[in-house]
Amino acid sequence: MDILYKVLIEPFVFMGEAPDLLVQTLWEGLVSGVLYALIALGFVLIFKASGVFNFAQGIMVVFAALTLIGLYEKGIPAFLALLLTAGVMLVLAMAVERLVLRPLVNQPDIILFMATFGLTYLLIGLGELIFGGSPKEMITGALYLPQGTTEVTVLGGPVRLQHLDIAAAVIASAMIAVLAVFFSKTRIGRALRAVADSHKAALSVGISLNQIWVIVWFAAGLVALVAGIMWGARSGVSFSLQIIALKALPVLILGGFTSIPGAIVGGLIVGMGEKIGEFYWGPLVGGGIDTWLAYVIALLFLLYRPQGLFGERIIERI
Amino acid sequence: MLYREAGQFKTTYASDMAVFRLREDRIGLAVIIAAAYAAAFLGSDFLLQAVLIPFLVFSLAAIGLNILTGYAGQLSLGTGAFMGVGAYACYKLMTAFPEVNVIVWVLVSGFFSAAVGALFGLPSLRIKGFYLAVATLAAQFFLQWCFIRVPWLVNYNVSGALDAPLRTLFGIPVVGATATPQTRYLVVLTLVIALTWLASNLVRGRIGRMWIAVRDMDLAAELMGIRLLQTKLLAFAVSSYYCGVAGALMVFLWYGGAEYDVFNINQSFFILFMVIIGGLGSLVGSFFGAALIFIMPIALGVVLPVVLSPFGLSVGAETIEHLRFMIVGALIILFLIVEPHGLARLWQIGKQKLLVWPFPY
Repeated sequence: MDILYKVLIEPFVFMGEAPDLLVQTLWEGLVSGVLYALIALGFVLIFKASGVFNFAQGIMVVFAALTLIGLYEKGIPAFLALLLTAGVMLVLAMAVERLVLRPLVNQPDIILFMATFGLTYLLIGLGELIFGGSPKEMITGALYLPQGTTEVTVLGGPVRLQHLDIAAAVIASAMIAVLAVFFSKTRIGRALRAVADSHKAALSVGISLNQIWVIVWFAAGLVALVAGIMWGARSGVSFSLQIIALKALPVLILGGFTSIPGAIVGGLIVGMGEKIGEFYWGPLVGGGIDTWLAYVIALLFLLYRPQGLFGERIIERI
Repeated sequence: MLYREAGQFKTTYASDMAVFRLREDRIGLAVIIAAAYAAAFLGSDFLLQAVLIPFLVFSLAAIGLNILTGYAGQLSLGTGAFMGVGAYACYKLMTAFPEVNVIVWVLVSGFFSAAVGALFGLPSLRIKGFYLAVATLAAQFFLQWCFIRVPWLVNYNVSGALDAPLRTLFGIPVVGATATPQTRYLVVLTLVIALTWLASNLVRGRIGRMWIAVRDMDLAAELMGIRLLQTKLLAFAVSSYYCGVAGALMVFLWYGGAEYDVFNINQSFFILFMVIIGGLGSLVGSFFGAALIFIMPIALGVVLPVVLSPFGLSVGAETIEHLRFMIVGALIILFLIVEPHGLARLWQIGKQKLLVWPFPY
């Protein structure tokens, strides 16, 4: 009974007693949720257009951030370095299309998935060879990202808002909005949705698959760059950052593999659920539950709705 | 002219369906097994300890994952955690009942892993493919968290690590600091051969054919009267059993002690590489994959400095490590492009060519 009280009653009593702590936790969850969503977005873009589950998205985040810092350290002005990094991501997208995707066209999903594993290893080795394995500071100041904190009084208690977090939420939302408009209103966006529906049909109306793949990998690279800057500003840039890519998986599951709104909603659910779970229920079992909580949430959700919140209904035919 | 099918007539159905239909194959296998046992007495301790024992352990784990992914078609990224369950179960059993033969506990610990594997295989009826991969990732992270947070698993050991207690077999130490690489290698080799033999019969029999039917088309399999849930759960259980035994062998007969960290997600990926590179749905492929993925980086560490030195490039150990990563990554991609069916397929083609040699067709 005691354990039931501790699990079912006490956390909620605590939430009610200190609503400002709850708001603080929710805010932190919201920010990390937006950042998870940003990484998940990179996955969704590529999965939609090519059916490839891109495991290398995590290392692309690290690689983009490291390239930016590396260029800046060479004495290139920050914003020029940003442009150059985008250029590097374009070259990477073209190389991936030419060297990995094109020879592997029409292979089963798992083979393409494994190929992105190979890409991950390749990029880890290349990144460490060029930039060294030691963690680096993100060039927050040079990019005019705001720093410092504001304290707001909410529900009778102070809530600390990091300016960087606010900026991250705004930039990520803007990025998502731009992508949404790009994919629904522009010519390339329409072509991309056609490819997502059916490769064959898209090819038969004259859409170049190769070109579309370069574009989505480039878009995923840009998303990775933004995610790298934001995550890097929060926790430094190192190769251990690629583990956050795995955090994007439950986000995808919740939202559905092919849905951009799903990635956002899933990201928010995972981010907030994780923070609340860790803060209120974590101490009961010794903490650290945020390493697996998101997966368990996603797993339980899957049993109820296998295609995710916004995913396409899975129809099977014989 | 060594490899001839001509003249070997099959007079019974059993002989026609045997694993090794050709006399040459049977002789070849006997030679390989004899050589493997001879290596225990001829090879150096380094060869046994750093190359052959881990190769066998990884082969066993790869067979485990291959049963699940290659034969039953269920993707799993939780192999490392299932290996961990085997290792921790083996540790608890060994320390709780020290008088029982250690080999018994190594084999029994696999059943704990099988139970946990089947539990995490439960969602496989509802979900499949990459979605299922997330379920197995949940197992990976949850179990790894348990290894850290539950001190009971390591008998409240302060260091939180598994250490191999001294255990003997017929009076010869096989587990613990005093066990020689030679005896450990012989034990591992015997177990791996026995379990491989078991697996090869399993996958060719009724159960294996059910797995393959489910892999190829689960709906059609269901219409044919195969119970999907039982079949999939059995695949998870058997696969986890092999992984659990491999984990126990890895900790107690290879490392001699380990921390929770050896069962991390990279271990799972590592074994998935072996299965894919070796060949999905092929037992011999599991051995090839383990050899390539495990031995190749060691070989590269030896070869790279020699190759690069004539160009005046003196490379540090760190650079070699990075190059290794790159080369492994590039090789994975290259293999997938050149031979998506893995090394096992190359082996098959090679044998086919030998049968008709010296004619091309």
